[in-house]
Amino acid sequence: MAIRSPGFAQMELKDACKIRDAVNSGEVSAREVAAAALKRIEEADGKLGAFLTVEPERILARADEIGRTVKEGALPLGGVPVAVKDNICTRHLRTTCGSGMLQNYIPPYSATVVERLERAGALIIGKTNCDEFAMGSSTENSAFQVTRNPYDLDRVCGGSSGGSAAAVASGMVPLALGSDTGGSVRQPASFCNVVGLKPTYGRISRYGLVAFASSLDCVAPIAKNPKDAAQLLLCLAGRDERDSTSSPVPVPDYVSELNKPVRGIRLGVPREFFGEGLDPEVRSVIEAALHNAGSLGCELIDVSLPHTRYAIADYYIIAPAEASSNLARYDGVRYGERAASPKDLSDMYKRTRSLGFGAEVKRRIMIGTYALSSGYYEAYYGRAMRVRTLIKRDYERAFEKVDALLGPVSPTPAFKIGEKVSDPLSMYLSDIYTVTANLAGIPALSLPCGFSRQNLPIGLQIFANQFQEATLLRLAEAYAQAFPLAAPPVRV
Amino acid sequence: MAVTRAEVLKIADLAKLHFSEEELDAFTAQFQRILDYVEQLKEVNVEGVEPTSHVSLTADFAEFIFRPDEVKPSLTTGESLANAPDPGSGHFRVPKVL
Repeated sequence: MAIRSPGFAQMELKDACKIRDAVNSGEVSAREVAAAALKRIEEADGKLGAFLTVEPERILARADEIGRTVKEGALPLGGVPVAVKDNICTRHLRTTCGSGMLQNYIPPYSATVVERLERAGALIIGKTNCDEFAMGSSTENSAFQVTRNPYDLDRVCGGSSGGSAAAVASGMVPLALGSDTGGSVRQPASFCNVVGLKPTYGRISRYGLVAFASSLDCVAPIAKNPKDAAQLLLCLAGRDERDSTSSPVPVPDYVSELNKPVRGIRLGVPREFFGEGLDPEVRSVIEAALHNAGSLGCELIDVSLPHTRYAIADYYIIAPAEASSNLARYDGVRYGERAASPKDLSDMYKRTRSLGFGAEVKRRIMIGTYALSSGYYEAYYGRAMRVRTLIKRDYERAFEKVDALLGPVSPTPAFKIGEKVSDPLSMYLSDIYTVTANLAGIPALSLPCGFSRQNLPIGLQIFANQFQEATLLRLAEAYAQAFPLAAPPVRV
Repeated sequence: MAVTRAEVLKIADLAKLHFSEEELDAFTAQFQRILDYVEQLKEVNVEGVEPTSHVSLTADFAEFIFRPDEVKPSLTTGESLANAPDPGSGHFRVPKVL
């Protein structure tokens, strides 16, 4: 593959809106941008392992097509390279979900979000690595490779959307799509110094997002800065008749609302998010961020979310239960792998699933099957869905008093590769500050706000009430403008 | 609640999963730890609390609950069979059932 030397500085691959403006005005061609992204991937991805599939010829052909389209009129993401998590279907482009089960799966259709990206003029650059079926917090559960943290190659990039976060953090692409079921975009965003936005449940269509836990799953944007995240969300949000749970609530112009003043916004600080288990360094960085937010003229108010302590237990019943049902479709009949020479149908199912799924996926299918099995349904799943109501009510009460909530994203910065793989429960517990937003269906954003002494990124989490993504983005933009971060260089 | 090996085997059968003997030992122990952890949900008083399934349902949904039953373009037979491990001519082949 011959790549022309790009007339385009690599720095600029970090700013989606600048790329779009340059492509729309003809200052740079979509092909030059594509070539710059491919060059950066070639240079850095051998060390990082962010991508599972990149098809350069297809990308350059598509870039030329975008180049022709923008001559007829400006596009909201004209020529912008976007990486897509490999659990989001892309027509005729391999989509594995990080699973051996789908190692050769070529979707016959695209997810609604992929269609919307293409309509906006974006260039899908490739498919990114993730924990198998998005089940994990480190991207170590991929059947194919581990994705490393761009700031410390011995550490995890977070998960499950780790490949997408690492690709944006390392300047391979300015934008990426991930999915967030219990923190899978916000936690890797926090570990990799990028912005991750989990929207309100139903704000973005799930059609073509391979189902994990349907009542919690959200497609979620990743960007280098809040403005780009706002632009990406604007292109993706809105009702889709192919996802009956997608919301008809009108979509505001997140970009034009970005620069509204934040003075007077009431910010809640949930005391349950600052208790035992929070790493002292993360605590001090987050406390400094709270102080900074206060200095923007926002009022800080102590609030309580009393059911937070039950959130992990609640999530680890609901998510596996829904997963066990959703993953029943991998039976070796219609798509995916099939075990060789089965004795009979039952043997085919069992051996196909046992060979095709990794350990964590099997574990969750088992927990979920148990929780849904006869005699246990009401005690586990039924009860968990009621506790979920109580968690949601905690947030409803808090949002009567405040406009947004602030807290940490993850109790620690990125941990070492291999550190938690043998202890699933300790991995689950690291989702403590993120799962509640999924259970309550509210939007939440991870914003880079500092670094540990070892130069590991730390994210600030901002929550807002349902459908108040504009408030989140406005706060994030004001914060990022007022307190720009001096980030250490990435290691690739 | 203590989970026995026999119970884990039964769940594996329902889930259509197979585990080797060694896997089963490790698995039963992990399974037990996770179940012990989620046991704390039993402390919560949920009397009279409705379960939440669609968490962001708003009044706007009313007009979308039913949609017109119209035939629309969908995948062709060829596209539907393209990823099948053992496609027949116009169908999916499976091992003998009866």
